[in-house]
Amino acid sequence: MNMALSTKHGLLALIGLILSCSTALAASDRLSLTGSSTVAPLLLEIGKRYESLNPAVRVDVQTGGSSRGIQDARMGTADAGMVSRALKPAEKDLTPFLVAMDGIGMIVHQSNPIKALSDTQIKAIYTGKINNWQQVGGKDQPITVVTKAEGRSTLELFLEHFELKNSQIKPQVVIGDNQQGVKTVAGNPGAIGYVSIGAAEYEHARAVPIKLLPMDGKPASVAAVAKGQYPFARELNLVVKGKPSKQLQDFIAFAQSAKVNDLIDAQFLVSPRTVTAKAKAGASVGASQAKQ
Amino acid sequence: MYGKPSTSRTDRWLAATLQLFTTITVLLLITIVGFLCLESWQLISGSGQNTGIFALLSGQDWYPLEGKFGMGPMILASLAVTFGAICLALPIGLACAICLQFYASRGIARWFELALILLAGIPSVIFGLWGLTRLVPIIGSWQPPGASMLAAILVLALMICPTVALTTTAALRALPLSLTAGSEALGLRLPTQIIQVYLPAARSGIISGVLLATARALGETMAVLMVAGNVVQNPSDLFSPVRVLTANIALEMAYAMGDHRGSLFASGLLLTALVWILSLWANRASGQRLLRAPYV
Repeated sequence: MNMALSTKHGLLALIGLILSCSTALAASDRLSLTGSSTVAPLLLEIGKRYESLNPAVRVDVQTGGSSRGIQDARMGTADAGMVSRALKPAEKDLTPFLVAMDGIGMIVHQSNPIKALSDTQIKAIYTGKINNWQQVGGKDQPITVVTKAEGRSTLELFLEHFELKNSQIKPQVVIGDNQQGVKTVAGNPGAIGYVSIGAAEYEHARAVPIKLLPMDGKPASVAAVAKGQYPFARELNLVVKGKPSKQLQDFIAFAQSAKVNDLIDAQFLVSPRTVTAKAKAGASVGASQAKQ
Repeated sequence: MYGKPSTSRTDRWLAATLQLFTTITVLLLITIVGFLCLESWQLISGSGQNTGIFALLSGQDWYPLEGKFGMGPMILASLAVTFGAICLALPIGLACAICLQFYASRGIARWFELALILLAGIPSVIFGLWGLTRLVPIIGSWQPPGASMLAAILVLALMICPTVALTTTAALRALPLSLTAGSEALGLRLPTQIIQVYLPAARSGIISGVLLATARALGETMAVLMVAGNVVQNPSDLFSPVRVLTANIALEMAYAMGDHRGSLFASGLLLTALVWILSLWANRASGQRLLRAPYV
């Protein structure tokens, strides 16, 4: 993904160079976004579509983590930062614009009789303290712990949610992307894993033998994430310092419109507009959206 | 350069063109290795507790986000998986080639060779997908979790077996007819001819085929990534999951930054070095045998 980003970036830089050489105006029609690698692929796609609709504008996307997104937006080195969480109280100088939501679902094999697991139980399973389903009320079957490879944002959110360090997790299988996780769990009746909720729902609807477990008694579904009722989720934001420029305002409006819903779905993220506008969905960003 | 400079214009043109292409190939290789060194230099040359080449090679813990970059278990896993796959694929591949060349009827041999070529051409991700959805559950129902070193070895062996079989067939086919005539004249039985005459004579060709297969196994990424389980630990038994170097790069590169990224480039450098050592060694082995073999 980085490769794709950097290639794209290189191309854009080249195009930008050519444009800035030919017309002095080109530079002002360039939007730079930096930050979280979870948000970047989505914004890259949204940027491409925006560019095709507004040929004069170039959208430049670079990764570097949420903290870089915050920093660049503050310092003005980027027009907007990409941040894969809600803003902290100390970051109130920035205005967030919610683009999408990312939820994580715990999945087990469909044949597994387990109905739900508490946070403590999941933590014990992942740290190797519980290694048989019998210990949490299931069949006498060893547990296969499936976790994500280091650096993945899903892992990051998982660790953060359960307050774990990666070295504490004792996995049997380490996976890369969501699809691999779903297939691994589907092929192993004793497995437990976590993947983006969109990916799990998609595969489940296509009769892949997996089961999404509820978290804190809340059913795991894209709709629940969009309503803000699911505890294991986070916001994907664009953050801006001060008043955004006309160009940026237009881009943000586009990124928040229904015109990008298919792009959000394709990344297995959740559009905050999945439910009707009346729902609480945009509450956290309602204020900023209302301004426009 | 060998031989005297030719006076023919075509010859000079050809020589110049070949030199140009050779230089480009060498330069490309140097650029790649140089790039790998550059990207990983900070980590390799580091003198901290968790950096420096020694810590990288011998370290047991791979938690890049916590600053631990030990690649020891992954190096061992890469070697063990490759070795296991070769151990399986070599006898089967040899048997296939011998059968194809000496025992199968003409019609069967043609179809069998076609099947081998097809098998050799299947993209590795298909093998991986098959392994993940079919092979891993079978192993898992017997020895959970299923995703294991055994699964990786089996998938890899299946992948490289046709390579071994096809290169061996080609090597056997290239033997001079005088060998067959000579062994027939001595009244040797077919098995004796094969074991005592043809296989030793075709040795260098077989060895280069095995080298090709080994390099493919060592460098294979997707198929192993999907079935090996990818847990960073020393390969202890066949049923426990392992992570190989290539899978490590593929799993983490997209999201790596800073030292983490550097450590992945270091594993790339290490893989290059491994393949290099392997080919150097195989080259010498086949060269020496070539000199000793009285037939060629």
